[in-house]
Amino acid sequence: MNLFDIIGPVMVGPSSSHTAGAVKIGFVSRRLMGCDIRRAEILFYGSFRTTGRGHGTNLAVVAGLLGMHPDDDRIPHSLEYAKRAGMEVEFGNVELKDAHPNSVLLRLTGVDGKKLSIVGESVGGSLINIAEIDGLSANFTGDNPTLIAHNDDEPGHVAAVTSMLAAEHINIATMQLYRKSRGGTAVMVIETDQEITKEGLAWLRHMPGINKITYYSVADLGDTPADRMRREDEAAREQNGEVREAEKRRS
Amino acid sequence: MSYSTLSSICEESESTGIPFWQLIERDDCRERQVSEDEVFETMRGMYHAMKAADRSYDPELRSASGMTGGEGAKIEAYRKSGHALLGDFLSEVIEKAVKMAESNACMHRIVAAPTAGSCGVIPAVLLAYEDFRGAEEDEIIKSLFVAAGIGEVLAETACIAGAQGGCQAEIGSAAAMAAGAVAFLEGGDNETVIHAAALAIKDLLGLTCDPVAGLVEVPCVKRNAAGAAVAMTAAELALAGVRSQIPPDEVVEAMDAVGSQIPACLRETAEGGLAVTPTAKRIQERLNQQSDME
Ligand code: SF4
Repeated sequence: MNLFDIIGPVMVGPSSSHTAGAVKIGFVSRRLMGCDIRRAEILFYGSFRTTGRGHGTNLAVVAGLLGMHPDDDRIPHSLEYAKRAGMEVEFGNVELKDAHPNSVLLRLTGVDGKKLSIVGESVGGSLINIAEIDGLSANFTGDNPTLIAHNDDEPGHVAAVTSMLAAEHINIATMQLYRKSRGGTAVMVIETDQEITKEGLAWLRHMPGINKITYYSVADLGDTPADRMRREDEAAREQNGEVREAEKRRS
Repeated sequence: MSYSTLSSICEESESTGIPFWQLIERDDCRERQVSEDEVFETMRGMYHAMKAADRSYDPELRSASGMTGGEGAKIEAYRKSGHALLGDFLSEVIEKAVKMAESNACMHRIVAAPTAGSCGVIPAVLLAYEDFRGAEEDEIIKSLFVAAGIGEVLAETACIAGAQGGCQAEIGSAAAMAAGAVAFLEGGDNETVIHAAALAIKDLLGLTCDPVAGLVEVPCVKRNAAGAAVAMTAAELALAGVRSQIPPDEVVEAMDAVGSQIPACLRETAEGGLAVTPTAKRIQERLNQQSDME
């Protein structure tokens, strides 16, 4: 455990799993989407469903989807910010099979029309796990760049992917492999220390036998709605301040 | 973290001459490959965040469940009325502890130390101490490293999550960390520091985690006050030369064992203790109806 997990983190309460972890799930999901979100259906399961309201889990997930971090003091007002950012939000409950007790299913539509469904779990402290993407198992934390490859279950694909990573001098932090059935679809989840280049990803996408590549980058994805609204508010405050100063001078 | 026992920190401090707090600071430097200055300033940032959270307490705030809010202001008013039996200092400690825990329940920004549920204990003790003694801020920061070192040993050898080890893991750990920090600030040597921590743990061993409706509010908020008071008591005992008959590391091991012996219904599941009292059940019922209506 890190020293600043003992004294820290700085976070908006009340619960590291039900509030801070929920913000992170939203935040990581927005990154996976790669663009702003137009519509979010947020479905709670287990203890997220039974104690979520009291822990502000609903507000927390929305805050994360807007690009807020767990220490953002705007989290309690995230629904108003969602309205302002033009993000439609709908809450509900869901039954999930074999899911962690703190789980949420997100059905997201991006401003570019892209759709994504994600199951996120808050697994203790403020640690999270992205368990599923579009109905397929994923299992990663969102702390590292992550490559998820769905491929035919046949020899050679793991070697192909890892040798591409080696050629790009990318170090593997963790790697998991699993499959639904022998000879069916297999999944590789690889967390890396460095970002994978666009060329590397394109190369993988063209490889025969690889059906789908999902890449999660931790690089700065640019402005989030949360960033933009912060700037707007600051500008407005400054202007108000100037107006008040001017009034003071006049009186 | 390289230390899994309190005595190993003391022994290394003895043999190298490096103070307890600095061993913990340097350990983090090594682990994260950052400079000592950077680590020290990060810790200062944590202390400033605690101060900001204390300053921004709002007596009007209520939690979503309606169970929490406004009590810190009552304690403050009582203290200022001059009736506080505890005296100004300890009364301020429990006031700050409740305020911080209320802020947490009401979705304000706090510093988890070691957890969000127990976020009131350490800042309450240190903020009141800084005021009362007129201490240098840098000394307070050093004491936070002492607290963190104790917390890391507890996390490593026992646990610091209510779901794992009951409330002794949260309020108990926070009290142990705060007790060690105060013992350090008052000039106690390393042995005094770890005995202060051990005495605090012993006072809270086996504490149930039984939050009403599963929310970090009842009993959590007021337990922060109790945890802070226990921390002060333990520090005072240790500074007076009182020693734990059971050596500190054995106390930590006992805490670990007790944690796994506490039944699951008393480990944050809201299936035992205060959480299943008739009143708690009524509250739970009301909250369920509220969320169904939405
Ligand atoms: S009762 Fe449980 S939730 Fe509340 S502070 Fe203690 S450990 Fe945390």
